[in-house]
Amino acid sequence: MAVLVYLESEDNKFKKTAYEALSYGKALADKMNVKVSGLVFNCTDSDSLKKYGADKIITINDTDFEEFSSKKYSHALSQVIKSENSSDVILSSSANSKFIGAHLSGIMDTSFVSNVIDLPESINPFVVKRTCFTNKAFSSTEMISDLRIIGVSSNSFGLIENMNDASVETFNVEKVESNQRILKIEKETGSVTIADADVVVSAGRGLKGPENWEMIETLADTLGAATACSKPVSDMGWRPHSEHVGQTGKPVSSNLYIAIGISGAIQHLAGINSSKVKVVINNDPEAPFFKAADYGVVGDAFEVVPALIEKLKAR
Amino acid sequence: MNILVCISNVPDTTSKINFVENDSKFDSNGVQYIINPNDEFGLTKAVWMKESNGANVTVLTVGNLSAEAILRKCLAIGADKAIRIDCEASDAYSVAKEIEAHCQVTSYDVIICGRESIDYNGGLVPGLLAGFLDYNFITNCVNLEINNTKATCAREISGGTEISECEIPLVIGSQKGLVEESDLIIPNMRGIMMARQKPLEVIQAKNIKAKIIDKKFHKPEVKSEVKLVKPDELDKLIDYLENEAKVI
Repeated sequence: MAVLVYLESEDNKFKKTAYEALSYGKALADKMNVKVSGLVFNCTDSDSLKKYGADKIITINDTDFEEFSSKKYSHALSQVIKSENSSDVILSSSANSKFIGAHLSGIMDTSFVSNVIDLPESINPFVVKRTCFTNKAFSSTEMISDLRIIGVSSNSFGLIENMNDASVETFNVEKVESNQRILKIEKETGSVTIADADVVVSAGRGLKGPENWEMIETLADTLGAATACSKPVSDMGWRPHSEHVGQTGKPVSSNLYIAIGISGAIQHLAGINSSKVKVVINNDPEAPFFKAADYGVVGDAFEVVPALIEKLKAR
Repeated sequence: MNILVCISNVPDTTSKINFVENDSKFDSNGVQYIINPNDEFGLTKAVWMKESNGANVTVLTVGNLSAEAILRKCLAIGADKAIRIDCEASDAYSVAKEIEAHCQVTSYDVIICGRESIDYNGGLVPGLLAGFLDYNFITNCVNLEINNTKATCAREISGGTEISECEIPLVIGSQKGLVEESDLIIPNMRGIMMARQKPLEVIQAKNIKAKIIDKKFHKPEVKSEVKLVKPDELDKLIDYLENEAKVI
């Protein structure tokens, strides 16, 4: 038995969620009294992983993996799982990791539990806690299989430093053919993406029109945050669809979510509920969002937001 | 071209979430069930493909008799045929295995599943199916074009969109963007009447054993009251965020 963590990287840097997955994997391995290995595709920054407790770093350096392919990555993972005799595979909850998690489970004929928020309550039987009903409930879920694949929800476990001088090994992967190829990737110009952001600044219809988003962007820049919006705002074309957060849009699981001029419809709340701290700025004291928020300001966004930016900049 | 759209029967978003039997089962009492929104985006796309290219659209659900109302609605929206695999749906693994067994008998060029259901949010069924069947797989799919045997797909990725192409057969995880909310088809009287004449086949389940079991559900702790800050006391808000919540 051993724990294997898939460590997602981009532009030769590990994602924060990869360190979180490794922190989880290390804690799980300790609880089970086994070793934890990290699997890395084409990223030379292995040293940064030692801080989070890996016993071994397995690297696959191959141009075949330069482009993301769920099929190729999943098949490579399945080979490493077999060679390492892994009992548990830990992934983050990023779009690509969830993509791999589901695909890998099919290839390995096992199951995958995503949105896991804590270490298992017990190892035998193996019971983990995950969110369900779009964050309106939790489930203590028993996993009955020899190989368990676990997706850790972003910002739920956190980073735990645990220095360990990991050994580094190269793995020679047996390639699989795929007729799938990427034609192009269109990246948005915004600096911080919603999925990777610790802070998300989101605005709704209360902003009255797309011309008023400058202050939202300034507030986001000040906090190093990503910008997001409510469904009506993206439906009316004030902001791109990619910014829409909520049940049918992107899920948000940030440390801080600031909602400006968003009333807090149940579909919106469902998508952002797993954010840790919620701040609401709205001129309507009856807005349902105040019931779901930790901190609130009842006031005119056009006065509160510029004042808040000024105070944050003056810190 | 044969398209299969897998449909999950889910509680309406506004449903009260409660549990029974010592918190081990969802309380469906008084709950209105709907087509899982991510599946409905996929179904609408399939109906469009049928209108433009003449595809056959089959909808399938794994569930008991109560799931048939949803299948009739799918037929009224424009699917040609419905299939219900007769069993209590337990976990994603067993559901995907049941669908796989059907796909081994009847082959499809494109299988569409919602990227995730809004009840258990696992996001697992499309990936499992693709893995079991060894089909190409694209999830978070926001565009799909098929020309002969070649599919061009757009996938939402962190901070952008990825365009790729592959051969069919293909499994996609559908979501908003594949069609827009305003594109969803509301069945008209003619559609509803026609749906009654369309075939709804019931298939015996293989009764695959589940790999995960929800042992106990918990509801989030009751939230403490929001702390309100006056608009002219924003320093207090910053202090809360910095020193109490420690998030900035």
